[in-house]
Amino acid sequence: MDKNLGLYICTGCSIGEAIDIEKLGNISKNALKVPVVKSHFALCGKEGVALIKNDIKSEGVNTVIIAACSSRVKYKEFDFPGCIVERVPVRELAVWSQEPEQAQLAAEDYVKMGVIKAQKGDIPEPYITETVKTILVIGGGVAGMTSALQAANAGYQVVLVEKEAQLGGFVNKLYKKVPTAPGEYSAPLIVDTDIDKMVKEVGSNRNIKVFKSAKVEKTDGQPGAYDVTISSNGNSEVVKIGAVVLAAGWRPYDAAKLEHLGYGKSRDVVTNIEFEELARKGKITRPSDGKEAKKVAFIQCAGQRDPNHLPYCSAMCCVTSLKQAQYVRQNPDATAMILYKDIRTPGKLEYYYKAAQDDPGVMLTKGEVTGVSDAGNGNLFVEMENSLFGEKVKVEADLVVLATGVVPATVDDPILNLQYRQGPGLPDLDLFDGFADSNFICFQYETRRTGVYAAGCVRQPMNMAEAQEDAAGAALKAIQAAEHVAKGIAVHPRAWDTTYPDAFMQRCTSCKRCTEECPFGAIDEDEKGTPFYKPGRCRRCATCMGACPERIVSFKDYHVDMIGSMMKNVSVPSEDDQPRIIVLACENDSYPAIDTAAMKHAKFDPAVRFIQLRCLGSTNLVWLADALSRGVDGMLLLGCKYGENYQCHFAKGSELANYRLGKVQETLNRLQLESERVGMIQLAIDEYDKIPTIINDFVARVKEIGPNPFKGF
Amino acid sequence: MSEQNNKQASRILVIGGGFSGLTTAVDAAETGAEVIVVERNPYLGGRVAQLNKYFPKLCPPICGLEINFRRIKTNPSISFYTMAEVDNITGGPGDYSVTVKLNPRYVNDNCVACNACAEACPAERPNEYNFGMDTTKAAYLPFTQAFPQKYVIDSAHCKGDCGKACQTACKYDAIDLGMKAGTITVKVDSVVVATGWNPYDANKLDILGFGKVKNVITNMMMERLASPAGPTAGKLVRPSDGKPVQTVAFVQCAGSRDENHLPFCSYICCLASLKQATYIREQNPESKVRIFYIDIRTPGRYEKFYWKVKDDPNVTLTKGKVASVVQAEGSDDVVVIAEDMMTGDKVKVKVDMVVLATGMEPAGAAKKLSGVDYNENGFALSGTGVFATGCSKNPMDVAKSGQDATGAVMRAIQTGQRR
Repeated sequence: MDKNLGLYICTGCSIGEAIDIEKLGNISKNALKVPVVKSHFALCGKEGVALIKNDIKSEGVNTVIIAACSSRVKYKEFDFPGCIVERVPVRELAVWSQEPEQAQLAAEDYVKMGVIKAQKGDIPEPYITETVKTILVIGGGVAGMTSALQAANAGYQVVLVEKEAQLGGFVNKLYKKVPTAPGEYSAPLIVDTDIDKMVKEVGSNRNIKVFKSAKVEKTDGQPGAYDVTISSNGNSEVVKIGAVVLAAGWRPYDAAKLEHLGYGKSRDVVTNIEFEELARKGKITRPSDGKEAKKVAFIQCAGQRDPNHLPYCSAMCCVTSLKQAQYVRQNPDATAMILYKDIRTPGKLEYYYKAAQDDPGVMLTKGEVTGVSDAGNGNLFVEMENSLFGEKVKVEADLVVLATGVVPATVDDPILNLQYRQGPGLPDLDLFDGFADSNFICFQYETRRTGVYAAGCVRQPMNMAEAQEDAAGAALKAIQAAEHVAKGIAVHPRAWDTTYPDAFMQRCTSCKRCTEECPFGAIDEDEKGTPFYKPGRCRRCATCMGACPERIVSFKDYHVDMIGSMMKNVSVPSEDDQPRIIVLACENDSYPAIDTAAMKHAKFDPAVRFIQLRCLGSTNLVWLADALSRGVDGMLLLGCKYGENYQCHFAKGSELANYRLGKVQETLNRLQLESERVGMIQLAIDEYDKIPTIINDFVARVKEIGPNPFKGF
Repeated sequence: MSEQNNKQASRILVIGGGFSGLTTAVDAAETGAEVIVVERNPYLGGRVAQLNKYFPKLCPPICGLEINFRRIKTNPSISFYTMAEVDNITGGPGDYSVTVKLNPRYVNDNCVACNACAEACPAERPNEYNFGMDTTKAAYLPFTQAFPQKYVIDSAHCKGDCGKACQTACKYDAIDLGMKAGTITVKVDSVVVATGWNPYDANKLDILGFGKVKNVITNMMMERLASPAGPTAGKLVRPSDGKPVQTVAFVQCAGSRDENHLPFCSYICCLASLKQATYIREQNPESKVRIFYIDIRTPGRYEKFYWKVKDDPNVTLTKGKVASVVQAEGSDDVVVIAEDMMTGDKVKVKVDMVVLATGMEPAGAAKKLSGVDYNENGFALSGTGVFATGCSKNPMDVAKSGQDATGAVMRAIQTGQRR
């Protein structure tokens, strides 16, 4: 696009008093060749906005640079569709956070950077290819069927893949279920599962195609254009898919590992799944001698909450045992004992617990079960410590049920069989004990593979009602991904972004850094190592752009040359006692923190100039080398916390930036510069009050090293 | 390929701009719906905007909010009203008519958040955002990182006798003291109720001393005390004399799981207290924390967070119901008397401060919306066309609220289809 630049300088909010506006305007006109330069007392007011709109209309201005406040405010006012709009936060970074004598130079630097950014950027054009919106649901249990029905009822085509010969999953094994109606868990406390109805509904829905005894052999391609190979009964078929719901479910923890609880030693120790089958037969009898079980002990946390077995709570077992106690209580002469560490019935499930407590035939006791032994009379002793009955007690039972826990299907098998260079499954699931979960509290469906959303017990341990809610959400996310990809828009977290990585392949050296580092596995490669970008998988963090030593990866409005050129236009004072430090800050967390500090009129050392990055993962080392070789005294990276509880919205960005900094030593050595001139600090969005100190400390560190010898060259 | 392409966008009203409501709005709009959010407070973010950290990651809530705010700013399909309340819902699925009352902010869109009005304002008001533990001017910004970043004038505390100091101080004609309440009517296909919850009124918990015994606070107050943007800039000091806290006792199920108060479990309080124990432990290595509980409820993978806190030798967990909380004789300390259920012993501990892990009362307990069904405890119930989500329908944590809201969108967008 042929650009007609217009620079609009606001003089309100003390900007006019702190800055020589005329001088700033003249620099822009003369040095930066901006044809239209205007100022106004309140650009964000009606008159100010009208001034800009009028220039767009009558002067042909199509690239608007607003030197006023932060883009985090006044976003509605400064929205000019069809134009490139660049916001220069002069108010926050040059006026409110600088001493008066420092404001002018800061404003000039930031305006220069803004103009260059606008000059170098372009209006995004979305990446649009032929896509489909068909939703693949893997798993035909309650979660999978719910996802399938929800998506189908919203008008989407659904392909449902179930590994067993029939739909229904674990619910097929159940005798009864906990009522899941939006009621209050009042009587009856056990109801039919009605799984047949749901299976029938799925079978008769014309938008759902079901593959039974089936497996996903391969998932090739990208969201919107997956080629999924499904094998079923010896046949295999390739289906075009838009997005995926992973509802592959769970298996019970292997009770053979619970020998200390008597499993395998006595036939009268059964798992809660096996107990469902016993209950289905009508009268509950013991496997050993067929005698009716009248004293049934339930051992909670049979493997769960145990570092030697499952380090997590399976969330459903307390309620399952409360339900199964009702099976026992169908015989009024029989009693159920539930031996627990803690009864976990959060929320309204407390009503269900309360109902059991009100039944004198259900006994609930806290204690640590240490073992199960033969009572000698055909019955069993459950041995407990630290119980409400005393230090060491034995309770006699004629049948023992182990409330075993949930192991997600993803522990055994990648299931998706993604044909991605980075592997067939979702990465780093050991962070979540094997569950296909999200690391983001706020964004529960975010996996590290765009277009794949997990639901039900493969995502987290949960009960049936929760799995149905979860399944609805995952279906929505899959639909959303398919819709966004069709329009060439990114999904979470940059769900507005229509740019995409465009690599100038002629200069690619097949070094594989981008393919290895992409947090989302968006880049495949051939046997020679040549990368192939799959924009549908991409989240637009620009980690590839940061990784590339050849600097060939660009986005329309974000590229290596753009940020590099901005940095080249930052003033470098020639005086030895006036260092210049460039701070690269993540726009998601660190920059809002900087902005907040400035809003509070915190003062930053005049040495610093801030530049916002999409993610620190996009930091290209050439920026550091170039800046330091032209005399910039130090470079500081501010980004999200990384490690086990990472806060980076792109999962790996800040961690990768830190990893790259580890390698910058080599470059600095070549320049004969000290590596301490470069640093990275992890900063959360609410740590705004710490920023002045962080900066002061870094400036002091750089001052101690002394001026950059390249200064003035 | 999909039938979806030819249809009109589904129109969804989201009542409540807290975490559930925002997730609903963003997910619905990003799936092609037209969304209107109605929020009672002058800011978006709801309860989570008052939290210091989330469990188990101990990360700041504003981080996720900022992402959602950015999505709202960039998505023309979302509009929102703050200081707004739903008056009435009529009609049915695919054709609801909702009247919304817009309360006056007395500050218009010209506001640049420069703070001049607050500087000029002579009147003060108790800061309800910090549960009354400090004050703001009557012209105020709800909190540092509030969105929208726009000031408010609290008419209840603006005495109006200062000669319109704020209006004079504002250079941008942003103050409009004559602003009147208004009403708008919106037409939508479906309604999502995301009205959230209120902390259960601790004054009703007679034996636990709140309001009568000094240095007994609630868990939500603790969040504000620990927050860098809170009344003490994050320093954990006790309210009566500003003494840094060394020993703290937590009383779990303060109102929850109690037929006389809230008969349900509030889901978050165990994890919240474990989290708050880390605030105390991190700030003062010598500090000691005692938690009195009935059951520790840390479902799913939250178990590991429980272990982490439990393994700290300065954190003691006691299964037992607290019988009473009283003032220590001759000091501002607090005495907690409880029964240790495992030993049967009576326990009496003297601490600097007591935190009541008060539960969540659904918004429907205090105010019911016409056109929405509720259960006897005030939890909203979903119907066809009206969908309850988040803590308005069941106590849940932030993670579950987000997940639940996304599920609510899945159901809501199908309503528009039937138009």
